[in-house]
Amino acid sequence: MDIFTRNLGRRTVLGSAAAAAAGAMIYPARGTFAASETPVRIGMIDPLTGTYAALGSSEVLGAKVALNEVNKAGGILGRPVELLVEDSAADPGTAVQKARKLVNSEKVNFLMGAVSSAEALSLSQAAEELKTFYLDTGGHTDLVTGTQCRWTTFRTCSTTWMLTAGNFQTLFDKFGKDWYFITPDYAFGHSLEQDYSEQLRKAGGKVLGNALAPLGTTDFSSYLIQARAAKPSVLIILTAGDDLVNSLKQATQFGLDKEMAISGALQELEVLQALPPAARLGWWTFEWWWDQPNQPHVADFVTAYKAASGGKVPSARSWFGFASLHAIALAANKAKTLDTMSMVKAMEGLELPPEVALQPNNPFYRAADHQLIANEFPGYVISNGTYPNLFHVADIVPESKIGKSAAEAGCKMTYPS
Amino acid sequence: MSVETETRERTRAGSSLPAWSGERLRFAIFAAVLLLAPVWLPLIGSYTDLGTRVLVYALAAMGLNLLLGFTGGLSFGHAAYFGLGAYGTGLMLRYVGPNMWLAVAAGVLLGGFAATLVGPVVMRRRGIYFAMITIAIGQMFYFIAVRWNNFTGGEDGLTGFQREPLALPGGSVTLTGPHFYYFVLFFFAVGVFLLWRVLNSPLGHAMVGARENSRRLEFLGIRVERLTWISFAISGFVTALAGSMNALLNNFTSPLDLYWQLSGYFVIICVLGGMRNFWGPFVGAAIYVIMQDYASTMTKNWLSVIGVMFMLVVLFFPRGLLGVLARRRSG
Amino acid sequence: MELLLFDAFNGLIVGFFYALMALGLSLILGLNSVINFAHGGFMALGGYLAFTLVPIIGFWGALILAPFAAAALGILAERGLIRPLYGRDPLYSLLLTFGLALILEDITRTVWGAQGLPFAIPNFLNHPLNNVYFFVTGYRVFVVIVTAIATAGLFAVLRFTRLGICIRAGNADLETVASLGVNIYFLRGANFALGILLAGLAGILAAGQLGLTPTMGSSLIMPSFVAIIVGGAGSLIGSLLGGLIIGVAAGITTAYFPSASEVVIYLIMAFVLMVRPRGLLGQEGLFE
Repeated sequence: MDIFTRNLGRRTVLGSAAAAAAGAMIYPARGTFAASETPVRIGMIDPLTGTYAALGSSEVLGAKVALNEVNKAGGILGRPVELLVEDSAADPGTAVQKARKLVNSEKVNFLMGAVSSAEALSLSQAAEELKTFYLDTGGHTDLVTGTQCRWTTFRTCSTTWMLTAGNFQTLFDKFGKDWYFITPDYAFGHSLEQDYSEQLRKAGGKVLGNALAPLGTTDFSSYLIQARAAKPSVLIILTAGDDLVNSLKQATQFGLDKEMAISGALQELEVLQALPPAARLGWWTFEWWWDQPNQPHVADFVTAYKAASGGKVPSARSWFGFASLHAIALAANKAKTLDTMSMVKAMEGLELPPEVALQPNNPFYRAADHQLIANEFPGYVISNGTYPNLFHVADIVPESKIGKSAAEAGCKMTYPS
Repeated sequence: MSVETETRERTRAGSSLPAWSGERLRFAIFAAVLLLAPVWLPLIGSYTDLGTRVLVYALAAMGLNLLLGFTGGLSFGHAAYFGLGAYGTGLMLRYVGPNMWLAVAAGVLLGGFAATLVGPVVMRRRGIYFAMITIAIGQMFYFIAVRWNNFTGGEDGLTGFQREPLALPGGSVTLTGPHFYYFVLFFFAVGVFLLWRVLNSPLGHAMVGARENSRRLEFLGIRVERLTWISFAISGFVTALAGSMNALLNNFTSPLDLYWQLSGYFVIICVLGGMRNFWGPFVGAAIYVIMQDYASTMTKNWLSVIGVMFMLVVLFFPRGLLGVLARRRSG
Repeated sequence: MELLLFDAFNGLIVGFFYALMALGLSLILGLNSVINFAHGGFMALGGYLAFTLVPIIGFWGALILAPFAAAALGILAERGLIRPLYGRDPLYSLLLTFGLALILEDITRTVWGAQGLPFAIPNFLNHPLNNVYFFVTGYRVFVVIVTAIATAGLFAVLRFTRLGICIRAGNADLETVASLGVNIYFLRGANFALGILLAGLAGILAAGQLGLTPTMGSSLIMPSFVAIIVGGAGSLIGSLLGGLIIGVAAGITTAYFPSASEVVIYLIMAFVLMVRPRGLLGQEGLFE
């Protein structure tokens, strides 16, 4: 059993066969590095064990594909780039510990990562304290680029507001105005629920109830009983990861899908994969989808990712990792220095080139709140679909149309003098 | 364990500053190593926060060891008091005011009094049953922290507080880098001194007696239950102090600081270093913290590394490192 | 009122599952004097083994075979790791199973992946039996029935087979049993295997309802601990009762004060300990 040696090589710069066709176009071509060049180090903190291990691993793999491309194309400021991955074990406390270690001991230049909102919030606080650039890959709560925005923090994944606004109107028009929520009892869930409720009330709908389920709930039966008793027309399930698998599975076993529409905000490929066919249903929003036949470069990324993952198709998480690492490289090359303040300034307003964006409407990092303004991919789950064709994208909604402005989101960015 | 070795080990345990000059010299070296840690840690490619974390875990484990190693109470729920200490400090800084002394006091009192209240529920039990009850009560505190969302921050943990400048008679000091290390070292020394005094008092001897032969103690008219209670409470106060330091180290605390797995780590730290030895948990903490830090960077299978360490210690070094060394020295 | 009834009934169903876990734990706690922290790990292993076996021998085959496969691994663990610790401070066996739990979680993740896996159950079990009692699905009834059969089977084994009688006698007085010529090493091994058999079975039942994740074990073990303490250590019927009580209590609490539904089982435990320290049906002075 080689469980101890299997991952020893993952800190070394990836030399795998991932294609770099895309990278070659953005960076000045430069194949090899002089031995004397000290590498630029990026520290990535993501859960590799615990509840969110599958999502964290997708982000890391996406980042590694990007790393390979960046290095093939000349790295950052002509120096090779190294990715140091640390396991947060889905514990925000551990995430903070790792951030300090990476910055103080490993001397990384930039930080990236996070799957859960809790990790993102704690990392954001720690990064500001360490005066280090931090790019939140996948922690969604509005707070990160809203009321708790910080000058050192940027975010690639969308806000919870965007997730809900991506498909609110569709759900409201299609299924009715009496909604019941099953909400995970932490920042991500709370903000999703508030965002939906706000839009629902404005549209003249009614919130019939909200059941709060703690993270890691395995048995959702009691929440489902409450939900059915309220007789809603729509049951909105806002849990994530394994909890979303469990809640959807039990809701369909109870036959709730025959009495009300079951839908929600964020849906992920990893979750659909873990669901039995009967529980694959509803209208949801993806933040990125691998199958965009009319979008150039997407197929290249899918090919490169498949080669690196052993045949798996990239999920939105993979794209977060991929785009984030590219964004760091782009910004650093633009800033021509690794200094945090210059880096932040270079990142503000940075537009992702099509080879990195892999979606329409020129996504960019908004200067006012450091939020990436990209697209939402609302649609429905294909019943009886087979992996990886599990979701039909009904529409690609630009976040610039549905998102709140930085002021509305409550972000007042302050910089050190 | 023979009576002879027991007495010898008890002496070692009870007095860290005996008349023997070699022992005194060793303590002086140990103190110097700790005092100079911010100097030599970066030189060997490490960082000061790692040293601080060793102190925090060592203090927590030494607190636990008063109960576990010296009184014989198998507590598997000490993370609860550690976590309560962290929350007490964090909540104080967040909701009341930026006074570090008050914040530490709040953490110590919250965790310590919780342990004092739990004491009577568990003190009549021993062995496995004691372990099960302490772990379950610990989980109760964990769930309170998780579900009391609007006060504790729930699952996301408590943010919005940070180390404040420390008010001292001569002015205030900002607690960054080495300053914070010395701040923790000070409280570490306070906690350790308290434990040392307790163990060298008649109370401490009675506790060791309770571990070895509780029936004999009962015949002597000493109530073992009450001893267990006192030991549990003191141990809770010291562990809470460590938790308070941990909250300040991370500027953050989350319910996982109260979770039962952390309790298990504290116990293995005690056993690893040697739980019959006063400084055993310190040695255990140093090994554990460094190994965990290293392993979790090297491989995502670090859980297995920790798990295998548990097994190796249990199967081959049940006396712990200092236990083995002490035995070898005495021939 | 109807809602309350629903919640209580629903809690009872959940309680059956806790009870199944608690029975296995309790069995091992009894004769082996070990708190088996790795119980959750073996449970997950049972589920994952079944997942691998289903394509080969089908659901029903896996339901029967996977628990035995888990039990076989349990015997290996008992022989190689736990046996050297009998007669030593209970602390050590506790730490050993704790470490084993970490390793089992890691092994399941390394072998089957971090990604959650769906576990298919026979289609006819997949629907509610009744439109009013919609939460009584075929599968949940199935879980209750299997638990009942397993419990009855366990008690039959303990009552009527030579092995079972030895186990019960060993619980009462291991030294006497040993002096009567019973091989207590074999007895303890068999008892441990029996406990893991129940864990493996619980794993498959859980997989059908929840799917499989490497962390499933650690989240399901704690209520079973509480069930044992409430029911009283040393009493199998007590563990069964404890599981049902906390299931119902948590269910009813959800109806009125949802955010206390986890804390309530610990409050019940604390209350039982204060009023009746040995638990509902426990024997005084056991394991101390």
